[in-house]
Amino acid sequence: MNSKMQQVWDTLNTIPDPEIPVITVVELGVVRAVDFVEDFLQITITPTYSGCPAMKQFEDDIVSELNKVGFSDVRIKTNFDPAWTTDWMSDEAREKLRVYGIAPPERGSEDKGVLFLSGPKKVACPQCRSEDTKLISQFGSTACKALYSCNACKETFDYFKCI
Amino acid sequence: MNTKKALFEYCIRIGDNSMILGHRLSELCSRGPILEEDIAITNISLDLFGQCRNILTYAGEVEGKGRNEDDLAYHRPEHEFRSVLLTEQPNGHFGTTMARQMLFSVFHYYFYKELSKSNDVHLAAFAAKSLKETMYHMRHSSEWIIRLGDGTEESHEKMQEGLNKMWSYRHELFEKDAVDEHLIELGIAVDTAKFKDAYEKQLEEIISRATLEIPEEGWRATGGRIGHHSEYMGHILAVFQSLARAYPDAKW
Repeated sequence: MNSKMQQVWDTLNTIPDPEIPVITVVELGVVRAVDFVEDFLQITITPTYSGCPAMKQFEDDIVSELNKVGFSDVRIKTNFDPAWTTDWMSDEAREKLRVYGIAPPERGSEDKGVLFLSGPKKVACPQCRSEDTKLISQFGSTACKALYSCNACKETFDYFKCI
Repeated sequence: MNTKKALFEYCIRIGDNSMILGHRLSELCSRGPILEEDIAITNISLDLFGQCRNILTYAGEVEGKGRNEDDLAYHRPEHEFRSVLLTEQPNGHFGTTMARQMLFSVFHYYFYKELSKSNDVHLAAFAAKSLKETMYHMRHSSEWIIRLGDGTEESHEKMQEGLNKMWSYRHELFEKDAVDEHLIELGIAVDTAKFKDAYEKQLEEIISRATLEIPEEGWRATGGRIGHHSEYMGHILAVFQSLARAYPDAKW
């Protein structure tokens, strides 16, 4: 990787998710590619959810941070294929989520049961780590999260849904 | 048939369904029966609007007349909307909202699953993405139907009433015309007849788990796909398009 390319990735690695500031846009898996095209810099991103309201913020943040370090012409390309999946999230990012109080998505467990959640899915409480938790709602504070509560410590918490 | 024109029409139909149902759900923002449901319903609305933006943007590109998602959403008259009548039905009580949602989401699930195999790479990617979101929508409404149907006497009664009311609107989702036939032949569009049985079976399973009765077949709703809408549609668009029509150059 040449030094300019490295600089772009280093910069992207400092841009936090606007909703979950403990992880970066790279750790989340939203940034898919960096390309120098002719005389501009193209950043390819993919949305987490089709209607995620944070996407515009992602775009603005990426452009403005890269402008600051000297890349004047940055263009965002949105790509839908392959569709974003929580499987792209690194172990490190998962641990950061947990420490922040969000139960991380289970790895590779995109729910195949389709219609009904087959039995209680084990989601560990990010506070006390108990697996004695229950689903309150499949839709939480953002599109990507579900709402759970812990039967052990009685705290409610967000769970980053697998998709 | 002109393939480009057919594809434009096909995309508009997909996008309009998501838009109008998304709008209906957005009407419940801050009016949900409980806080968690308020959030759930508006999240589903958001997913539908996201899907709608994606497909309408593509429709504009296919058409090649320089129309973007906003032009198509805000500056088309009622008779150019291609959404099925199911999507414009009022929310009614929560049982009605969930019945409408289940009939639509189960369809959406099978539809996107098939569309993700389309020869049109954009449609295939769009469908694969939307499918993941739709699985959650389907589960959400199905579980409510079971919970309310198999709940108290009153919730059972209301759930049945909502289901009866929405039942006759589902057929329109499976209508086919020359546009569909042309695109099915090219491997672009979905032949919905292929999954009609699976769809009906899935509904029966949910309804029986909810201890509800399958409503009687009666009349069949039709017309939305050719722009013949019910009275509700004008009222929806009056709200939906009011800002863009009052201030045509407004940016937000």
